[in-house]
Amino acid sequence: MKQFEALTRKKNSEPVRYLIVDDSVFARKSLAKMIESFGGQVIGEAGDGCTAITEYSRTKPDIVLMDITMPQMEGIEAVERIVQEHPDARIVMVSSVGYQDNILAALQKGARHFVQKPVKPDALYEIIRYVLNDDGVTAAVGAGEEKSR
Amino acid sequence: MRMELIQPFIGSLDAVLAEMMETPAKIADLTMEVDGYRRKGTAAVVTFRGQIEGRVILDMDPSAAAHVAGCLFGTEVGPTEPLVRETVCELANMVIGNAVTQLNDRGFQFKVLPPELLTQEECAKAGNDSEATVLCFETSNGRVYLNIAMKYLQRRTRERSAAPVA
Repeated sequence: MKQFEALTRKKNSEPVRYLIVDDSVFARKSLAKMIESFGGQVIGEAGDGCTAITEYSRTKPDIVLMDITMPQMEGIEAVERIVQEHPDARIVMVSSVGYQDNILAALQKGARHFVQKPVKPDALYEIIRYVLNDDGVTAAVGAGEEKSR
Repeated sequence: MRMELIQPFIGSLDAVLAEMMETPAKIADLTMEVDGYRRKGTAAVVTFRGQIEGRVILDMDPSAAAHVAGCLFGTEVGPTEPLVRETVCELANMVIGNAVTQLNDRGFQFKVLPPELLTQEECAKAGNDSEATVLCFETSNGRVYLNIAMKYLQRRTRERSAAPVA
């Protein structure tokens, strides 16, 4: 997999910390592999919305990658609950179901962005970079600059 | 079954297979099935509820599913490993999710339930008045089947109420 310029936290130059929420083990592994190529660190995983809420409070990640269609509690409800408790939460929806109503509902509940599956690493990298830079979490990295590490 | 409901699934499967298998796929066969579905390989089912009701089954030769898993993880994956079943479920999620997105954006309102692994050899038909369209895609690593059984409830109700009473 292509390696990207590492996204690091501005305050301590440590890797950006991610929470991955998806009921599919395949999807979690796939996203974890991409995060590794972005120089990030997966600090937690969850397979449903309820666990995501608990994991968010426990790990306080820099960014959450959240699926929408999941058992027990769906992603949009989990976003609402997380953002209610942690208004600064940065959540990017990652779902195969990308119709306008769903995207709008997620954004209205506090999600920052949306990417449709199958996820292209370049697209996800750009979205994460945008969300993190926007909040000043990461030092600005030039758009589209990739290099081999 | 209306072609406008099937077409998004064909396009979506084609696109997802090209992306995930890194190899082209072509339609080898298209049949209609009135009986229950008989599983051919590793399969996952996704169910719909709403204006459109029914289900879609993605059924893959284990060798094809193992190839996708291997492409992703950069290592050889055996066709019987649990990761292969996970791969089929997630591929079903992607294919059906992308198709559903197109149908929703065209005004068909319905909800998709999470994919479930199909473990029985045979699956009951989707409904009493449902027939399934079965598409077979050929890839260099094996066959991929898409079994689509669904109906558009709202339009059917309108059609029934408009029909003359004998």
